[in-house]
Amino acid sequence: MNHRKRGIAFWLLAILLLLAGALLTGSPGRTESVQEAMRDAVLHDTGRISLFGLKEVNPGMISAIFTTVILLAAAVLARLLIIPRFQYVPGKLQLLLEETVGLFDRMAKENSPHRNGFLGLYIFSAGTYIFVGTLSELLGLQVITIHGHPITLPAPLSDINAAIALGCLSYLVILSGGIAGNGVRGIWKGLKEFSLPISMSFRLFGALLSGLLVTELVYYFVRLSFVLPVVVGVMFTLLHAVIQTYVLTMLTALYYGEVSEHIRHK
Amino acid sequence: MPLNIDWQQILLHWMNLAILAGGLYFLFYKPVRQFMEKREAHYQQLDRQAEEKLEQAGQMKAAAEAKLAAVEDEAHEVRAKAQAAAQQAAGAQLEQAGKQAKQIVDKARAEAEQHRERALRESQRELRELAAQAARKLASTPGTDPFDYFLDLTEGGEKHEGS
Repeated sequence: MNHRKRGIAFWLLAILLLLAGALLTGSPGRTESVQEAMRDAVLHDTGRISLFGLKEVNPGMISAIFTTVILLAAAVLARLLIIPRFQYVPGKLQLLLEETVGLFDRMAKENSPHRNGFLGLYIFSAGTYIFVGTLSELLGLQVITIHGHPITLPAPLSDINAAIALGCLSYLVILSGGIAGNGVRGIWKGLKEFSLPISMSFRLFGALLSGLLVTELVYYFVRLSFVLPVVVGVMFTLLHAVIQTYVLTMLTALYYGEVSEHIRHK
Repeated sequence: MPLNIDWQQILLHWMNLAILAGGLYFLFYKPVRQFMEKREAHYQQLDRQAEEKLEQAGQMKAAAEAKLAAVEDEAHEVRAKAQAAAQQAAGAQLEQAGKQAKQIVDKARAEAEQHRERALRESQRELRELAAQAARKLASTPGTDPFDYFLDLTEGGEKHEGS
């Protein structure tokens, strides 16, 4: 009992010391105004990062590469250490991994029962990319801009270029489903949904950017940096990750199923 | 470009997504799906085997029931045959007994007839002898009514009631 009380006391003391330290140390001084921070979060015209010295890119590009590396590394580990030990009666971890694949596979089969092989893979890849990419924001990884300022890596899809890339790619996948299912008629069926790439891209961009802006705003002021980020940062990010993953994969599967369905002549 | 849209970065994002999709497919999606399909096939096979065994059990049950029915029919037939044979044997024995009884009766009747005829012949012979004896006595003793004398002789030498 005494041991427990001592632990709690130590924990509270550590919190108080850290708070005092944060308040006494003070801010090193703002390098930009809130307006500039907001504008940069949207346009990335100042906070650019060098991509291996080849090109200056938005932080979202670095986040996207980081997300891909994380996912592929996890996939390699799973392939080498977990998948070979799969059992017919699954354990908790196996169940989680199977459910990750099964969730998108079922979604593809339910929305496009006639043609779903490639769709399942695409929505699985896109879904994990959106989910993990959005959650990577929580890690708060720091990178140095070309101007030498440190910035926190945002979610990849809060970058307009990443959102456009994923939205347009989803539309191209839908269009390819139409062509595979109905040939030339499929192109027309797909083109009728011409607003999809724009709506998909800007939905992703808008949703994730709004989260980023709120977080930026909260973190901009030191007084708001206590307790509030737990709610704003973690809960908003988790909600965004789940909702945006579901929305994009569901819409892609739904439209893919619709345009790839074979046209019957009356 | 408005909103800092950069086609080069969009292409880089596409390349990144292509690498991610390909890598995830070969490293994770395909092996997991293959395992899930393998397990599904395994359980479907078990299901099929169970169904086949159930079907075989059903067929065996039907065959056993048919065999049982055939055996019962056979037993019924054998029983009927045995019953018929027993009835036939009993009939034959009854007939034989009837014949034997008839033979015995006939024999007894013949014997009785023979006894009767013999007795009749005996009595006739005795009668003749008596008659001859009476005639001889009558002839030797005059004045006696021959009829009365005859009757006396027949009644064992006693005087008959009328004399």
